[in-house]
Amino acid sequence: MERRLEAPRFAMKVAPLGQAATLAVLIACVGVVAHADKHPAPRSGDAHAITANDLRWLDRVTFGIDTQVVARYRAIGRARFLDEQLHPPPGDAENLSADLAVILTTRQTASALLKAAREEQQRINTLPEDQKQAARMAANQAATAALYDASKRHLVRALYSPTQLREQMTWFWMNHFSVYSGKANIRWSIAEYEDRAIRPHALGRFRDLVMATVVSPAMLEYLDNAQSAAGKINENYARELMELHTLGVSGGASGSRYSQQDVQELARVLTGVGLNLTDNTPRLPPPKQALYVRDGVFEFNPGRHDGEAKTILGHTIAPAGMSEVEEAVTLLCRQPATARFISRKLATYFVSDDPTPPLIDAMVAAFRSSDGDIPSVLKVMFQSAEFGAALARSDKAPARLKDPMQFVASSLRLAYDDKHIINYRPVVNWLSQLGEPLYGRVTPDGYPLTEPAWASSGQMVRRFEIARAIGSGNAGLFNDDDGHPGPRTGFPMLTNRLYYDAIDPALSARTREVLSQTSSQQEWNTVLLSSPDWMLR
Amino acid sequence: MDRRTVLKLAWGGAAGLLVPSAMTTRAHAYAVPTMASARFLLVFLRGGYDAANVVIPAGSAFYFESRPTLAIARPDPSNPQAALSLGTASGSGGWALHPALHDSIYPLWQQGQVAFVPFAGTNDLSRSHFETQDSVEAGASGDRQRSYGSGFMNRLARRMGGAAAPVAFTDGLPVVMTGDLVIPNVSLKGTARTPFDARQTSLLASLYTGTRFEPLVNEGFELRQTVADEAAAMASGNANAEMQAANRNAISARGFEVEARRMAGLMRDRFNLGFIDVGGWDTHVNEGGAQGQLSALLGNLGQGLSGFAQQMGPLWKDTVVVVISEFGRTFRENGTRGTDHGHGTAYWVLGGSVRGGRIAGDQVAVEPRTLNQNRDWPVLTEYRALLAGLFARMYGLDRAALDEVFPGAAGVDLGLL
Repeated sequence: MERRLEAPRFAMKVAPLGQAATLAVLIACVGVVAHADKHPAPRSGDAHAITANDLRWLDRVTFGIDTQVVARYRAIGRARFLDEQLHPPPGDAENLSADLAVILTTRQTASALLKAAREEQQRINTLPEDQKQAARMAANQAATAALYDASKRHLVRALYSPTQLREQMTWFWMNHFSVYSGKANIRWSIAEYEDRAIRPHALGRFRDLVMATVVSPAMLEYLDNAQSAAGKINENYARELMELHTLGVSGGASGSRYSQQDVQELARVLTGVGLNLTDNTPRLPPPKQALYVRDGVFEFNPGRHDGEAKTILGHTIAPAGMSEVEEAVTLLCRQPATARFISRKLATYFVSDDPTPPLIDAMVAAFRSSDGDIPSVLKVMFQSAEFGAALARSDKAPARLKDPMQFVASSLRLAYDDKHIINYRPVVNWLSQLGEPLYGRVTPDGYPLTEPAWASSGQMVRRFEIARAIGSGNAGLFNDDDGHPGPRTGFPMLTNRLYYDAIDPALSARTREVLSQTSSQQEWNTVLLSSPDWMLR
Repeated sequence: MDRRTVLKLAWGGAAGLLVPSAMTTRAHAYAVPTMASARFLLVFLRGGYDAANVVIPAGSAFYFESRPTLAIARPDPSNPQAALSLGTASGSGGWALHPALHDSIYPLWQQGQVAFVPFAGTNDLSRSHFETQDSVEAGASGDRQRSYGSGFMNRLARRMGGAAAPVAFTDGLPVVMTGDLVIPNVSLKGTARTPFDARQTSLLASLYTGTRFEPLVNEGFELRQTVADEAAAMASGNANAEMQAANRNAISARGFEVEARRMAGLMRDRFNLGFIDVGGWDTHVNEGGAQGQLSALLGNLGQGLSGFAQQMGPLWKDTVVVVISEFGRTFRENGTRGTDHGHGTAYWVLGGSVRGGRIAGDQVAVEPRTLNQNRDWPVLTEYRALLAGLFARMYGLDRAALDEVFPGAAGVDLGLL
């Protein structure tokens, strides 16, 4: 597809170490904009440089370094940087506003979008046969566009937000409370799911996060609870709420122990928790009328709710309508098994494939003493000896292969830095090709977090090809959204100040040697992004 | 005794059937290597192909009533637009094949190397592409047996242990191949040329020398190179074949056939469990009859499969190809000269040793009263039962092993091997 790597060959080898002035001249000659006008690259060991340990720390706390992150880190130091990341101000940072403003779904609620989609489906049903198909295709395209908008917004934030830990945690929780966008009308509700249920609570209290997913249209549709009613129970959601979202599988590593009866009782609690896409309110007798809850298309319908008492994990839950759900969620979130299940999963994502019991114990203690305050748990984890050992890199704690999202996001952050890309379709496709499409996990268990899930032959070679697409600058990232070519941008200059400040000092001898054998800047970029130094974190 | 007989006996022996004593030794000699020498390819037609216009109940008057613009004419050797007689009796008369398959699949049928299984499919009645494809690939039972993160071909490969060499010929790893076992995937589309030349490849590979990723990187590059070489070899070797194909006015000898021949090269030399998907079958509008949209797709598919068979060479006798789709379509054509999402479909089972030239599995006369929900074909052969039956024969898997591959499914032996 792209064979431009050979085209603008350098007259001389690009030396990765310094020679910035020569480089700048070369770059000017080839007509590359990139970062040629920036500060000349300092040598390693310079006052601007950060240590290898700093780099590895930032590589895990963020989606990878960019100029913004490194500058802030250098200005305030590790401890304050972590506190800032753990307690970011609400809302999006100023530098995202232009990108976010053009995205449709950020301006409309899921309720409005779902209602409109339903009305359109009803309208299509009344059309003459020969017009139905075209109308269906148009509706389908609109829904697909909404999904792309959601993906784009997720990527804008992951790539450019200064609140990097919140963005990583948003990805993490979207994966933990995974919802498949291909089902039913979820393409219309997925953006709001991320925006209202997940991101505001990504660094909040775990119980609030769970509760926000319980009342979200996307989850209620995905796991069929919208169809569950007294006498017509669907256990699907109740089971996953226990097994995947809170306690972990019964009898598993979290130490949880619950029965099919507990699942059924929770399913009874959840009856009536559903959706109402109409403007009508169900007619209910006065005692039940008082229990009715409505928020947009979310509805708790006491007429569909099982009004008897339930017993979950030995606790009796008295009939109280929607309050029963709150009570049950609180009960689940305060179980020791939940603290252990969530702590282990966090440590698996951030620390190692097999985190040790002492680390998990410390995180569990923080989880329980803070009543599930996520930043408190993360802080213990980031300050643990085990996290420190993971950064120090040893045979016992080797660096791990980034997952596809981490690889793609970190590469784009390094390559294009604060030059925001415009066309996110190639990025969406790369994530699909690497097996981790946004909102694309079919089953509710989310993508695996351990290295073996990603260390495969096809994956490695595909990553090299993506590294090449990013490194040679011809992936179309700066085209218009409709595919029209944008202004010519050339290829990125990875031998920039960020590289010399942060990456060069820590580079392995082997990678340095291979880089020295490259014959163009694009090839140099490709090798750097393909190297173990970059591919692992 | 020819190779084909031996293979059949090996499969029979592996399944625990009686083996004539004189052949025991040879059959046994094959019984173990069978697992590795057998090749299995699953072809998934995504979109729900219109089975009733491909494996056509030509003996049913109801077929012609239901499809005023789509029906294919009754078999008539003098009419190239007519369906091709499959020469077997169904309840209400004969079955026939879409004429787009005249040069590709029909010869295989005549050689007894293709069987069709109409009224096949899943118990999923959602009629949703996503849900049905996913549930088929997961291989889970209809009552939502848990099998998260794993597809049935991954479980099959795991069950085969060291004998399995699985691969997905797709851009991403399909659900059917996901699971505990790490399975490579490689796309055979396009030029298949790798963007890296030999020097760049060796530069990139050298980054990983001595790391735990070294074997993966080498395997990945080698696989990409093998694909590129196969493609290059075929491009030069098939120039004549392509011209001949053009002379026969084939709809397309390119596209899927190129991919399928590359696939055969890889399955001949280094893989024994393969998966590929072919899209575009969701024919709601202007589906066409003997000519048109579906016909073009079928021509492409048929050329690909016969090219695959040819390219497998002597190993075609050890090969089984199963063509499936998530569902069939409405038996009656809709208001836009197409068909909508239905239920039962028809599977194809191909292979050098397949007992083909017949319509397999339970059947009913196609009449209004036998339709599912007065709309589409019923499912009389469940896909898991069919595949479990095949795997039992091919790999000698016992009940416990099959239960890992298809939890809760009882295999049915349709005598296809």
